[in-house]
Amino acid sequence: MRVMAQLAMVMNLDKCIGCHTCSVTCKQAWTNRSGVEYAWFNNVETRPGQGYPRTYQDQQRWQGGWVRSARGRLRPRAGGRLKRLLSIFANPKLPTLRDYYEPWTYDYEHLLSSPPAQQTPVAQPISQMTGRPTAITWSANWDDSLAGGNEVASGDPILARVSASVRLEYENAFMFFLPRICEHCLNPSCAASCPSGAIYKRVEDGIVLIDQNRCRGWRMCVTGCPYKKIYFNHRTGKAEKCTFCFPRVEIGQPTVCAETCVGRLRYIGLMLYDADAVAQAAATEHDTDLYAAQRSVFLDPHDPSVIAAARRAGIAEDWIDAAQRSPAWDLIVRYEVALPLHPEYRTMPMVWYIPPLSPVVEALRDTGHDGEKLGNLFGAVEALRIPVRYLAELFTAGDPAPVEAVLRRLAAMRAYQRRINLGDPPDESIAEAVGMSGEQMQAMYRLLAIAKYEQRY
Amino acid sequence: MEHHKNGVTAGPAGRALLALGGLVRRSEVSPDGRALFEPGLAQEDPFYRRRAAPDKVVRSTHGVNCTGSCSWNVYVQDGIITWESQQTDYPTVGPDSPEYEPRGCPRGAAFSWYTYSPTRIRYPYARGELVTMFREAKARLGDPVLAWADIQADPERRRRYQKARGKGGLIRIGWAEALEIIAAAHVHAIKEYGPDRVAGFSPIPAMSMVSHAVGARFISLIGGAMLSFYDWYADLPVASPQMFGDQTDVPESADWWNASYLLMWGSNVPVTRTPDAHWIAEARYRGQKVVVISPDYADNVKFADEWLACQPGTDGALAMAMGHVILSEFHAGRCVRRFTEYASRYTDLPFLVTLSERHGAFVPGKFLTAPGEPFKPLVWDEADAAPATPNGSLGFRYADSGKGKWNLDLGQIQPALSCMDSGESVDVLLPRFDHPDGRGGVLRRGVPTRVVDGHLVTTVYDLLLAQYGVYRPGLPGSWPQSYADPCQPYTPAWQEAITGVPAAQCIRVAREFADNAERSGGRSMIVMGAGTNHWFHSDTTYRAMLALTTLTGCQGVNGGGWAHYVGQEKCRPLTGWSHLAYGLDWTRPPRQMAATPYWYLHTDQWRYDGHDCGTMASPLSDGRFAGTRTADLIAQSARMGWMPSIPTFDRNPLDLADEAMASHPDHPTDGIIDALKDGRLGFACADPDAPQNWPRVLTVWRANLLGSSAKGHEYFLRHLLGTDSSVRAAETSPDRRPAEVTWHDEAPEGKLDLLLSLDFRMTSTTLFSDVILPAATWYEKHDLSSTDMHPFVHAFNPAIQPPWQTRTDFDAFHHIARAFSACAAEHLGKRRDLVAVPLAHDTPDELATPHGIVRDGATMPKLVIVERDYAAIADQLAALGPLLDSMGTTTKGVTVDVTPEIDFLRSANGVDANRRPALTRDTHMCEAILALSGTTNGRVAVAGFEALQRVTGRRLTDLAAAHESERIRFADTQARPVQVFTSAEWSGSEQGGRRYSPFTLNVERLKPWHTLTGRQHLFLDHDWMLDFGEAMPIYRPPLDMHRLFGEPELTSTGELGLTVRYLTPHSKWSIHSEYQENLLMQTLSRGGPAIWISEPDAAKIGVRDNEWVEAVNRNGVVVARAVVTHKMPEGTVYMYHAQDRMINVPRSQTSGRRGGVHNSLTRLLIKPTQLIGGYAQFSFALNYLGPTGNQRDEVTMIRRRQQKVEY
Repeated sequence: MRVMAQLAMVMNLDKCIGCHTCSVTCKQAWTNRSGVEYAWFNNVETRPGQGYPRTYQDQQRWQGGWVRSARGRLRPRAGGRLKRLLSIFANPKLPTLRDYYEPWTYDYEHLLSSPPAQQTPVAQPISQMTGRPTAITWSANWDDSLAGGNEVASGDPILARVSASVRLEYENAFMFFLPRICEHCLNPSCAASCPSGAIYKRVEDGIVLIDQNRCRGWRMCVTGCPYKKIYFNHRTGKAEKCTFCFPRVEIGQPTVCAETCVGRLRYIGLMLYDADAVAQAAATEHDTDLYAAQRSVFLDPHDPSVIAAARRAGIAEDWIDAAQRSPAWDLIVRYEVALPLHPEYRTMPMVWYIPPLSPVVEALRDTGHDGEKLGNLFGAVEALRIPVRYLAELFTAGDPAPVEAVLRRLAAMRAYQRRINLGDPPDESIAEAVGMSGEQMQAMYRLLAIAKYEQRY
Repeated sequence: MEHHKNGVTAGPAGRALLALGGLVRRSEVSPDGRALFEPGLAQEDPFYRRRAAPDKVVRSTHGVNCTGSCSWNVYVQDGIITWESQQTDYPTVGPDSPEYEPRGCPRGAAFSWYTYSPTRIRYPYARGELVTMFREAKARLGDPVLAWADIQADPERRRRYQKARGKGGLIRIGWAEALEIIAAAHVHAIKEYGPDRVAGFSPIPAMSMVSHAVGARFISLIGGAMLSFYDWYADLPVASPQMFGDQTDVPESADWWNASYLLMWGSNVPVTRTPDAHWIAEARYRGQKVVVISPDYADNVKFADEWLACQPGTDGALAMAMGHVILSEFHAGRCVRRFTEYASRYTDLPFLVTLSERHGAFVPGKFLTAPGEPFKPLVWDEADAAPATPNGSLGFRYADSGKGKWNLDLGQIQPALSCMDSGESVDVLLPRFDHPDGRGGVLRRGVPTRVVDGHLVTTVYDLLLAQYGVYRPGLPGSWPQSYADPCQPYTPAWQEAITGVPAAQCIRVAREFADNAERSGGRSMIVMGAGTNHWFHSDTTYRAMLALTTLTGCQGVNGGGWAHYVGQEKCRPLTGWSHLAYGLDWTRPPRQMAATPYWYLHTDQWRYDGHDCGTMASPLSDGRFAGTRTADLIAQSARMGWMPSIPTFDRNPLDLADEAMASHPDHPTDGIIDALKDGRLGFACADPDAPQNWPRVLTVWRANLLGSSAKGHEYFLRHLLGTDSSVRAAETSPDRRPAEVTWHDEAPEGKLDLLLSLDFRMTSTTLFSDVILPAATWYEKHDLSSTDMHPFVHAFNPAIQPPWQTRTDFDAFHHIARAFSACAAEHLGKRRDLVAVPLAHDTPDELATPHGIVRDGATMPKLVIVERDYAAIADQLAALGPLLDSMGTTTKGVTVDVTPEIDFLRSANGVDANRRPALTRDTHMCEAILALSGTTNGRVAVAGFEALQRVTGRRLTDLAAAHESERIRFADTQARPVQVFTSAEWSGSEQGGRRYSPFTLNVERLKPWHTLTGRQHLFLDHDWMLDFGEAMPIYRPPLDMHRLFGEPELTSTGELGLTVRYLTPHSKWSIHSEYQENLLMQTLSRGGPAIWISEPDAAKIGVRDNEWVEAVNRNGVVVARAVVTHKMPEGTVYMYHAQDRMINVPRSQTSGRRGGVHNSLTRLLIKPTQLIGGYAQFSFALNYLGPTGNQRDEVTMIRRRQQKVEY
């Protein structure tokens, strides 16, 4: 066992309102400069939708992440390092500006400077790349709130996998939002793709960074990252990415995206894990076992042997304390409500998600599936508008069972609290039905609902 | 460290490479060669560290028209604003509740982009044509006022610069010259036509109180008129003054947490109340059930347990059917004690209403009142078996005999809710309007009655059950057979055909709502928004919705009742702001105008509106509206002193005052009344197109009138401004013109002499302005912010000084005032001014119309002569005037002596030459607003409650006693947001850390509502309400634009495309037009104007996502790109509100001109009943009561246009 510490983030998608404040504050803080006009270290996607860059989840096309060979070995999907070195000048697996979007601005000056004319002055769109007039056809958030409908959403690679059971029509409309930053993976395929060794994980906190001095702009990392969270700065010729706001977290401030999250849905916490177990876990045979495998590398910060090993590994007392008070630990391990994004990419991502509850569908509501009444609790989960299979494709490599378990816990929490809210005595059987005690349910409720600043970070 | 068993990594070359890296750099490679670890801290890119370390962090906020009022950190590096993020230091809500942090939204987060953006207005600009003329005339005449007059007197020159409006040609000028032009235009307009030809428009004081107040103060001091905004924006829920006698009062968002059942009805909370949306997500975890009612799969549906997909504009039908269920099951059926007790005490339901005979049956008439006491309605006292006069009605409020009795204490009285089993039952005739074309019909239902003092009466409760179709055994009439009866209003099955919401769902949600209210003690809440409030008949829709919360005893309960969030009406330090803003410390009364009729007349929209108001009246009407046009009713309302009218008379009020003083020195207004009677003097609104009655000078600041709120935008351009427009409608034919308003064969074009705007960014308003002053942004000034969504006040502070030649609004208006006073000294001097004031809310004027019986000529505006020292305006602007010493402050009828506060301000702000407290700096004004308001000054709060205690006879001062010695200083608000105190300015208690919920004082302290009965009104007995068929909650469908204005029928297809409903809900990427052009927001959206359309409709017109479309109706033309989506219902398109015409708007294929704004397709339509005044709660106060500028009933034709566009 080799104990290492990792900063993790958990986002409760059930609370995400899709407002994009996180995207804007992040952009304003970090990438509102030339060279990275198109880059959003933090973006928010409407699901179903194509994502940013579009269809990034289609690894057949983009070749990100790791693959497990028949012999159980992992190699970057885009090929081993040697292969990559040999093809270093011709990387066909890069998203183009078309897949991100061509940043534009407007001829704003014209509004004031227009000479007398026959028409009201207007600011035309101008490409930030060419400086010439442009027609706007795509953006980092083109399909926000189901904009584009079937024409756009049919390009959603996740939807393609579950499309047999999902129809995008008014009566059955569904959507939710997926905010994304760099996953700061335990097994980062970007780092393994870099010919220059410029990408590294910080020993102290696991933040994945690009050394700007060493980066040679090969862009292999862009291909290697299955989440497409590394961006090429066309001005400096170097790669850049989300830094987990290291200058802020070092002095005890949350990341910009987390602190400015208006939905109060982001939690940051320290996780202790066994660095020696990562590779094996990442090479777990079946994709659907990867969620459990990743959980197995996390170390219980309350376990005396873990604490002792952590001290031996040079981890400071306050870091051990932080790991013990970590909301990420509680949500991932204690309450089992947070899930990893695309564990099948085998990078062991460290930004986890609580899947969203959603309205029940019309077809079932008249039978009383309202999610609030105890008797209908489990029925309600199957009757939700957001297909569980869609969520499972995001968080559990297609296995619906863990997603259903989370949604049941959330629904049970509501039923449990409703009784208390109305002055009825707590019904412990509700908690027990989802494998929790009433006390745990109350604690989880406080963490998810009351969610004070100091509890979130 | 063991070597790993599985070689799970890249090939040997890669490993070697990594190993090499490990050698030359002090880093560590994972044993499998998979990952590189390096120690962090010092070595990371200094670029990122530098960006994260600002030189300075300053607290400020955004003075934008939203309800956010979010406190922000503004980061400054090397003297440059770099970015912003939210403050998180709001006072706590308590250990068992979520907190307000971190309030904000993406729009606010994008604000700093404006500071240095290419759309920033850095210098004063003016229309080149005009500047040339002015320079020439001034050189010739030597005096700026004479120069301005010279231009205005020459029709050719005047029209030349007016026609150039909005077509480029702005030139940079200096401040001095800009101020000279502005001053000259004001002085000329006042001298030539009168001060009421000058107007100011600046909305939403709460979003930056000082910036609003300073300009409003200037306009008010010179005798100009401030125009309302809350009703004009259609944000005012007219049902609130009608039912509650109150403008609007709503819970803070933290009180949503206390609700256990929540309907989100036409309010897309995540999009329009972004900083508060988390409360709903969190309250769900507390077991709150959430139901969303929305025509589209809106962003908020994601929070819902259920979605009721209600057809646009039919919400009233759903609400009526829910009311039917609740009355059937929780009132008539099983009597819920809490509900009936609440109804007896806090509503007008037990009050007696007279019945009069009509067509062999009866119709409800007026509240039965005590003999000789027309404002003391009666109930039937079961204890005494006799009629009784409960305390608290209007008759107690202003009479000396009522002192101590204006309260809801019923004493021994036990009001009978019903007349059941007390006498004969009779048939009553009730109007219905549920036919899709809106025409009326008659229902015959029955009520139990009793005879009191010789009058046949019933109760409001009995009438309400009849109205809702809730049958009780033994009653005559025609009733629904069951919930499944589709023909009889207002059953669940009846509504299904109208709304599309399944009857079973309607029944279940209604039942759950009431059941929850019963179990939780009233904690069922309706968050309601513009989706239901921006319609022509919103007042009836709202009354049907509010009936649900009132009938279940939810109003005045934490976690329950209505939560109306449309607009930002809550300036918490109300008294200080209002007295400063309207110059009440120097001159009373101020001129104020309801903006909807103002724009309706002055943009000549009335000339295109020939619809007969009688067609909307009840079939049981006396016919008073038959053949009348809206403009007739506006004239009548003005004449009777119901609504204000600006300009008021067809002559200069300065001259009128002089003449009146000369002819009748003792009773000068007698001469005016005589002149009005014999026709020598007329109301300007009876001839709005006569040149002497035009508005002449308009100043717009903190606003984008033309690009955002101007319903009938194209009519503004044509008639008010006199420039090109795309109006397509024809003027009405002679047989459909108003009778009371003079028709000029040629409509005027170009009424305004000067359009002045102050802004920091280019908008449609600045593009069309004659003079533009460069404003400081919200990160460059001091000011105060508050909202209805949270209970705090907090500060704006300058992160940098105003750059280039920009100035704060405070500085700009002081400069304007100095330039004005300098010009005015010679041209105006001291003058008397005749001010006409409408019958006012919260004053004895409410007693002007007994029983709401309308007799033409029985009432008129109050006439007051005031003095104005025009040379001293700048000095008055800069000091707190003496009227406060003698008259104190008055808010909502509560007067407070503020001499201690005046003394305090002398010390805190310093004094001027006359020992008046100084208001020379923006911080002085902040300090004065806080000192004079009860919410921010504990002594004032206690004094206000003392005054109210004397009238009500109820103990109230304890509510503020704990804060008596506390006051909030401006410095406190700069340090962090500060919680306000409980004050008589509002209706809720915040004592002991309680969350603010309206009407808790009414419910808990028995303080009356400001209505006729002193209770919440389900019944409204004004003549016009009865005549319009709206005495009780009722369903009225969206206006039928085909029948009224000849637009094609919905779903038909013609040359100009498919006809669909055209809705303009609020957008995710802007706050009105603000941020709409912001590059970050454009990048996150579609990069220009867009219209959202359903997939079936898109297929019908053959348009694909992102293709160009053109939307056309009689009012104008819009060019936009289509957003095709399955979240939209068929038959309706959305063009999100306030998409200005200056970003990516090409020329129209239809008109050849620049495509329009969202409001190019809308037009004002005024609901006659919203012009009522002079009667109890139907009495005017600015932004409190007035016709709304609704816009949702509109339709448009839409088609795919040529895809090649030209700009």
